[in-house]
Amino acid sequence: MMNKCLYGGGFLLTCVLALSPPAAAEQGARLLATGGTSSLEGSGGGGIVPWATLSSYAGEDQFGATVNLSEVSVDDFRLSVQGASLSWNNRIELSYAEQTFDLSTIGGELSQRIIGAKVRLAGNLIYGDLPQISLGLQHKKNNDYELPAAVGSKDDNGTDWYVSAAKAWLDGPFHRTWVANLTLRSSKANQLGLLGFGGDKEDSREWLAEASVAAFINRYWAVGVEYRQKPDNLSFAEEQDWKDLFVAYFPNKHVSVVGAYTDLGSIAGLNDQTGWYLSVQAAF
Amino acid sequence: MKIVLLLAALLFAPLSFAQSLYQQLGEQQGIETIVEEMLYQVGGDERIAHHFDGVDIMRVHKLISEQVCDLSGGPCDYSGEDMKTSHRNMGVDNADFNALVEHLIAAMEKEDVPVSAQNQLLGLLAPMHGDIVEE
Repeated sequence: MMNKCLYGGGFLLTCVLALSPPAAAEQGARLLATGGTSSLEGSGGGGIVPWATLSSYAGEDQFGATVNLSEVSVDDFRLSVQGASLSWNNRIELSYAEQTFDLSTIGGELSQRIIGAKVRLAGNLIYGDLPQISLGLQHKKNNDYELPAAVGSKDDNGTDWYVSAAKAWLDGPFHRTWVANLTLRSSKANQLGLLGFGGDKEDSREWLAEASVAAFINRYWAVGVEYRQKPDNLSFAEEQDWKDLFVAYFPNKHVSVVGAYTDLGSIAGLNDQTGWYLSVQAAF
Repeated sequence: MKIVLLLAALLFAPLSFAQSLYQQLGEQQGIETIVEEMLYQVGGDERIAHHFDGVDIMRVHKLISEQVCDLSGGPCDYSGEDMKTSHRNMGVDNADFNALVEHLIAAMEKEDVPVSAQNQLLGLLAPMHGDIVEE
């Protein structure tokens, strides 16, 4: 807090500066919402797509952390995710997530652990001409491998690599702030890896495209869509691309909430899996 | 003739209602209030207040108001130095720049500037980032 009246007389502002209360704006070196939310695989991003943005609001020489809980409930399945991330310097993000996939109709459950790392290579989400470009990986390991093995998967662990580019336009169409992210992922994971890695039908890595576009109605509310290509490695059941339509709420720099309508296509032979996604993140 | 006038009025009505950014910011008076509110908040923000130590705040207020007026299409000509020169050796980093943006947004919200006008102004100011921040 400053405590000086530099130019005593005349202009109120000079003295007002000295008396002003602690900033109404919050701490944290980056603008509201630029930390994004937590993706299903723990990495900072949208809901189903990891973004080039780094989680939390940590800026230069700062650490930031997030914890998150997500639930996806579709017709015959339920996915629960607990995750956490640590970021430094708006440069490096480390993340961890545990996924539990409840086979509500079929019976039983699958689960896996995911360790993620992401490095910002270049650019800035908001400023400059370059988009923000990041390189990331997600190493996944199944806890229960009996079912994935039984349906033809080849491995109980695998590593996804991805490169993401994200860009925000402060004054985009309709004078709203827009954000777009494109991610290219190299993966062998079946249904995120919950059904193992590689399969009897296809056992090689594949490049997959994932994209998100969001518009901020105001500083706190955004609506958007996401699309994620999926591999199709198992002959027992077709795997289809995922999509969702989301609403995100950023009341402050410590909490974000995302609700979405999701279409996960066919999973393990059960078609038209649509339903709801809800995610809550706390950032420090 | 009446019909022609009516049609013309209908055709141009949207134009006459479409306010310029300068008008949406409240013209000279509104802009000066927004900038004053922003600087008021900056003074209470320990992240960046030190950049203004020993600075003639009245002059800063005049120049920023003039610049915003100029940028938003108002009848002003910014008379200060260019952004690169005026911020040389100030050591402004990304966090400082973002903090100022936050205070500007908060000031505009306090003055009930519509989101669309806020975004237009931010969109005009953001390109200055490269000249102000020392990477």
